[in-house]
Amino acid sequence: MLLIPCPFCGARDETEFAYGGEAGIERPADPEAATDEAWTDYLCFHDNPKGPHRELWFHRDGCRRWLEVERDTYTHELGAVRLSRP
Amino acid sequence: MRRQPFRAAEGGHLIDRSEPLRFDFDGHRHEGYRGDSLASSLLAAGVRIVARSFKYHRPRGVWGFGPEEPNAMVTTGVREEARPNLKATEVPLSEGLEAFGQNAWPSVSWDLGGAVGLAGGLMPAGFYYKTFMAPARWWYSLYEPLIRRMAGFGPAPRTPDDAFYAKRRIHADVLVAGGGPAGVAAALAAARAGARVVLADENTRFGGDLLRAPGEVGDSDGLAWIDTATAELEAMSHVHLLNRATVAGYYDHNLLTVAERAGEEEGAPGAPAMRLWFVRAREVVIAAGAHERPLLFDGNDRPGVMSASAAGGYAHAYGVLAGRQAVVAGNNDSIYRVARLLRSVGVSIAAVADTRSGGDVRDLPCRAGEAVERVLGSRRVRGVLLRRADGRAGDKGERITCDLVAVSGGWSPAVHLHAQARGSLRYDEERGLILPDRAGGANRSAGAGAGRFDLDGCLEEGWAAGIAAAASSGHERAAGEPPRSPDRNAGEAPVFWQTGGGKRFVDLQYDVTAADVDLAAREGYRSVEHVKRYTALGMGTDQGKTSGMAGLVLLSEALGRPVAQTGTTTFRPPYTPVPMAAMASGLLGEGRDALRRTAADDWHEARGAPFTAAGLWRRPRYYPREGMDEAETIDAEVRETRAGAGIVDVGTLGKVDIQGRDAAAFLDLVYANRMSSLKTGRGRYGLMLREDGRVFDDGVVMRLGENHFYLTTTTAHQHEAMQHIELLLQTVWPELEVYATDVTEHWFAAALAGPGSRALLERAAPELDLSDDAFPMMAVRAATVAGLSALVFRMSFSGELSYEVAVPADHGLALWTRLLTEGREDGLTPYGTEAMGTMRIEKGHVTHAEADGRTTPDDLGLGRMASAGGPAIGKRSLELPALRRNGRQQLVGLSVIDPEARIPPGCQVVESDDMRPAPPLGHVTSFCYSPTLGRALALALVENGRARTGQTVYIASPVIDLSMAAEIVSPVFYDPEGTRLNG
Ligand SMILES: [Zn+2]
Repeated sequence: MLLIPCPFCGARDETEFAYGGEAGIERPADPEAATDEAWTDYLCFHDNPKGPHRELWFHRDGCRRWLEVERDTYTHELGAVRLSRP
Repeated sequence: MRRQPFRAAEGGHLIDRSEPLRFDFDGHRHEGYRGDSLASSLLAAGVRIVARSFKYHRPRGVWGFGPEEPNAMVTTGVREEARPNLKATEVPLSEGLEAFGQNAWPSVSWDLGGAVGLAGGLMPAGFYYKTFMAPARWWYSLYEPLIRRMAGFGPAPRTPDDAFYAKRRIHADVLVAGGGPAGVAAALAAARAGARVVLADENTRFGGDLLRAPGEVGDSDGLAWIDTATAELEAMSHVHLLNRATVAGYYDHNLLTVAERAGEEEGAPGAPAMRLWFVRAREVVIAAGAHERPLLFDGNDRPGVMSASAAGGYAHAYGVLAGRQAVVAGNNDSIYRVARLLRSVGVSIAAVADTRSGGDVRDLPCRAGEAVERVLGSRRVRGVLLRRADGRAGDKGERITCDLVAVSGGWSPAVHLHAQARGSLRYDEERGLILPDRAGGANRSAGAGAGRFDLDGCLEEGWAAGIAAAASSGHERAAGEPPRSPDRNAGEAPVFWQTGGGKRFVDLQYDVTAADVDLAAREGYRSVEHVKRYTALGMGTDQGKTSGMAGLVLLSEALGRPVAQTGTTTFRPPYTPVPMAAMASGLLGEGRDALRRTAADDWHEARGAPFTAAGLWRRPRYYPREGMDEAETIDAEVRETRAGAGIVDVGTLGKVDIQGRDAAAFLDLVYANRMSSLKTGRGRYGLMLREDGRVFDDGVVMRLGENHFYLTTTTAHQHEAMQHIELLLQTVWPELEVYATDVTEHWFAAALAGPGSRALLERAAPELDLSDDAFPMMAVRAATVAGLSALVFRMSFSGELSYEVAVPADHGLALWTRLLTEGREDGLTPYGTEAMGTMRIEKGHVTHAEADGRTTPDDLGLGRMASAGGPAIGKRSLELPALRRNGRQQLVGLSVIDPEARIPPGCQVVESDDMRPAPPLGHVTSFCYSPTLGRALALALVENGRARTGQTVYIASPVIDLSMAAEIVSPVFYDPEGTRLNG
């Protein structure tokens, strides 16, 4: 079970968080102008690497901040954790 | 006859001879002492056959001393107290204990299944796969039950386990796994340095190998040093000492589970049967010790063949003679120590056979360069055949009479925790040891578990590991001098050793022989993981603690490649079995989750309402009435509300307060329909979509001011909805100035519904003008209601004229009771979730049964609400071809033609009534008996449903052989024009 260092609350158990998938996916600024392909790419085609991954975690039972966490999906080693801002 | 014929007159540091205990094994009464394990007391009583083996039902005795035991599987207790698959070596003796040997009927010594053993060649490796291949349909009827019976580990109890199990969570600087010399030294060093230490050990007493054989620390007895050290630790407030506690699992980021058999401790009444600890440790010292390896020879599974260190341990710790006359055989120096221990309690030593050429010791009948070729005796050991270990031709060997064969094939470090933490392993070819290499996570291994087998080395490594672990966690106070021992004999053994042919068992628990491993290799298996599954080697409850290394070496030999290339199977938690009940503790029944109650909950409870769970909330289903059953009561609540007035607690709805300069703009992005056009004092039904276009949640948005909104979400999705809003605000549109606050707990709300609600509310809120002009549909007003300051919304879920009154939660119960008092003469009826559900089905309103995460607004007939395009979440997806295609399932009503019919849960909608398998058109999502219309109604999602209006379809449940005709109609069954909304 992960121990996630929340920049606001300190190191907390994974059970306090909700997972939010890959981080840094840019929402098309004008959805209406996006082609079907571009839109489905944004919606569905996310990276699923074995190794380092930037992902969103929501500190649900804490500060209720969406955090961007670097996690190695193979070793579960965590890198930088910061407030998620595009 | 003496009651404990194999108990020495004195000795045994773990037992208390002043307290004899009686116990039953397979229906026979025996006696042991306080402090005995079931295994030691059975040996003391002379019981040699303790269980039968898994495949061949061969008689088996005690092999080991602790969790590595592969043979002596027992069930303790009967009926609901029954605990199957325990190792007799790990069961503490208690007064009146009832235990049964496993895998045998009627008893282990007279077993009918044992006949299989005579035909042993019939069940080679991969037997199940070869024999039970085809045809597939025989699997359920024949093979599966047969395998279950043959495989027979202990039967699972059929009644719930009502023992008490508990969980605890703790943070530590240093967790030390294992309380032998290395572990105690590590704990002492770390604790003196100032670290918060948890020391966990599986035995009733700390000491590890010193429990089995004496040793010296400093110039005193080793166990005395252990006692002094643990007493010092015990006195420190920052140290937790856990006995009977196995470190079972090593998980990510240094979270470890420790299974503490707390209930076995004497003088701990009320303790849970097991306490499962979750320890988050900054650093871990793995001092897990090592397991003795067997030797492979014909008949090495016979009762009376035993791990040498275990035989010595029974003598030293319990004063028990594992036999009268022993042959001690092995490939390392530990056999001499064992032989002397056995002799000290009165076992006569027939021979000490050392496979190596040296090692002759004058005081013992040594056989240098000799090994056991074969065991004599069928039900138990009657002797052995010794031969030259180098297999010289013409050597016929010598028969030696004995009833105990104590064997040592060297030691395998217990690298389990190191490997669970994804540390790498390396094979030391010269020493024949698999050793911890690079650590995965913040841990270090020490002592025998890291390949140091001499007492001095264990103390030295443990101490150093404790100092280092404490330093890594920030504690560096001086810890004093490390303990030392004169014992510096590492007792190295040559690589694993075997003799001759015949039935040489590798895995005693699963009856895997050397020939099976060989056969698997000949049949083309190369991967150690495949061989494990093909032969079942290492798959028993002992997880191959004694067999793993032997299997690995045999396979490597058969494949003609080095051991290092073969590699090990994956080590997975738990290290030893942990009862499901301990893992489930706190996850079942009451107390699993926090319970949320609305402000009026006490009133519902006092009225005897049965509750239903809605997320964490509980809600009253209906209010029982004298002389009426459940269905009649619910019907009455519906009828009285539609005819007069009803009141329902809607305090569980999610409530969010939205403020800020960009609040209106933000809501236009969150909801599929426009909110910025709302006038202050008005509200609108809103539909929240997921970005993929599916309906996510719905509710009402009220505009309380220019930059101030109040919105409701469903009870079920309130957390997800709030999380969604926070995601959008924090990551997608952080530039918007919007503040969203979950105020669900702050407000209580009740809905007044029915044509009589206006008159009632007029009396309760005299200054409020409730005329249609002053207070139209979807308006919101601040008012004083029943003397309480409140917000009043005019909206309807029931389809009747209806008002929702919200007050601060602290006033909720007062509002509820005052409105009911006020409405007494109007016949105001409190109704629960059942009547509410019935009325919403009559009106065709959707809930999460319909908005099930797959449906679009158009599927639900709400397409108009989301028609205009825009940047709002989910809107763009609605234009994707898959969401617009013909043939999607759409919401319809089903009107059942037979007025007496009732619809059971889980029904499909099909085209014909012939009950032949066919793809359904859709499924029933909600159903009720409508007291208003006098027949059963259902909502359903049906392929192209709206175009089928008027068609007859069938509501079918093949499981219960049901098929009933229904007509597809509009989902709004009742008052489709909505005239009743005006009262
Ligand atoms: Zn936080």
